[in-house]
Amino acid sequence: MHVMKTLPTLILGCVLALPLSSAAETPSMEQMWQMIKQQQQQLEALSKENRALKSQLNATTEAVEQGRAETYAQGETTAAHTRVGGYGELHYNDLENQRAGGDDKQEIDFHRFVLFFSHEFNEEIRFFSELELEHAFNADGEPGEVELEQAYLEFDLTDSLSARGGLFLVPVGILNETHEPPTFYGTERNPVEKNIIPVTWWEGGAGLSGHYASGLSFDLALTSGLKTSAASDYAVRKGRQKVAEAKADNPAFTGRVKWTGIPGLEVAATLQHQSDITQGEDPDAGSANLYEAHVVWSPGPFGLRALYAQWDLDGRGPASVGADEQTGWYLEPSFKINPQLGLFGRYSSWDNQAGDDSDSEYNQWNLGLNYWPHQDVVLKVDYQNQESPAGKDEFDGLNLGIGYQF
Amino acid sequence: MMIKVLFRLVLLLSFSLVAAAEYEQRPADFVRESFVGQSPKPALVWLSGDLRQQVTRVLGHAPDYLRLRYWHKGERSVWILNEIGKERPITLGVSLLAGRVERVKVLAFRESRGWEVRYPFFTDQFKGVGLQPDLQLDQRVDGITGATLSVRAVSAMVKLALLLDARVSAKHGT
Repeated sequence: MHVMKTLPTLILGCVLALPLSSAAETPSMEQMWQMIKQQQQQLEALSKENRALKSQLNATTEAVEQGRAETYAQGETTAAHTRVGGYGELHYNDLENQRAGGDDKQEIDFHRFVLFFSHEFNEEIRFFSELELEHAFNADGEPGEVELEQAYLEFDLTDSLSARGGLFLVPVGILNETHEPPTFYGTERNPVEKNIIPVTWWEGGAGLSGHYASGLSFDLALTSGLKTSAASDYAVRKGRQKVAEAKADNPAFTGRVKWTGIPGLEVAATLQHQSDITQGEDPDAGSANLYEAHVVWSPGPFGLRALYAQWDLDGRGPASVGADEQTGWYLEPSFKINPQLGLFGRYSSWDNQAGDDSDSEYNQWNLGLNYWPHQDVVLKVDYQNQESPAGKDEFDGLNLGIGYQF
Repeated sequence: MMIKVLFRLVLLLSFSLVAAAEYEQRPADFVRESFVGQSPKPALVWLSGDLRQQVTRVLGHAPDYLRLRYWHKGERSVWILNEIGKERPITLGVSLLAGRVERVKVLAFRESRGWEVRYPFFTDQFKGVGLQPDLQLDQRVDGITGATLSVRAVSAMVKLALLLDARVSAKHGT
């Protein structure tokens, strides 16, 4: 019986022994145990090395992050506190003059090439400037202009109050302070703000700005003023002195209140007073007041801009040519089909001699679209249809533009 | 006479503004507030591989940091992020709960324009917002005229927090 029980085991052992005896490299149980112990030791060594590498990596990363934080906190690098920015736009106008005998306007123009330079002296004091070249080429007989449009120091008095001194943009309108090409519809800036505000409008002096948690903000400015003249029918745009050895006999006081307490909505109003609109050079002219109000509403893809501006000029000089009242308004609805493509329409009406009954009013329709291949780059196309007073040029046609900001 | 009136007006406005509430908060306090006083230890998420590419897409530029610190407990994660608006960094605290924005707060605002983004009338728009598969927010957030770059920076940081929250939540098994 014992033999019968062990016989199958013996046979099995013989069968198994046959291949083992023929493969010499197959380890024994003891050898396998040694191999396992060696592999275990290797795993432990690798694990230890991995922990050491992780520690070194963390230390290196922390050192890099610490260095970056210190550089930022101490402001040791000039590059961090001096910045360059800018914007620019090229325009093509293909406009047919509807006035008999008048010249058409077919023109390509690098209208604006602008550079911003800013520098932070510390957390509370900074400098900001804007240098502009208009129409590409500035020389005698050429249309270009080089202008200093902004150059001011700003001082933070509190978290919500700051003061500025220097040459800065007058706080009025929609476009005067924000006019980089990707920020507005239409190739050319709208004619109401151009002719009535008049953008771009900068003066030299001092200002104070503050804001509240409710979304209410204010701006006060005491600056140089306009200097219009009878030669230009007291048109306000011709009165910009651009702080170039500007006459400062009669300063301008500007105050603006703005509310942005609901995202997507801006409501603002500006009042400016100047005691003599010709800086004392024309006895037939006197003081002037500017009233401006606007709404910008952008709920989601929809947009609406509406603005009204009016100048009241005293004196028999302005009254004699109807320039005692200069007014304008526009309405601009828009719709973004997607974040990159937007459609707009605009109706504008303006009159620099609205004080009398003469035909001096301009009206203009614009329809077009903006395409933003990048949020800071824009391609524009729009069609304009203009109605002008008798005897004045009247341009209808296509405008194309390309612009950028950085 | 006009100068005296203006001077008095400036003084009046200055005092009323100085008395206004402070709007900056230390990041550690924001974290503690978010976890009701019991902040977990911070963890780290490395921005590498496909995650780095997604972060680049959300920010519009490659991040200049290798990893980010965050705090995670249960279904809540809290992030302290920095992103330049127009010229200076904005520091933002973002608290997320179950993959959606619970609270957004500007902890430090250093820009000279775009101040509106500091206040709840702007940041409250992000409450309940989530992230779509195309890395866009799933609710509309209206901007502020004249503060486009600050609005962009805050929106990008909220998207970043949502993106990273989805990644680390998988790791934490929540």
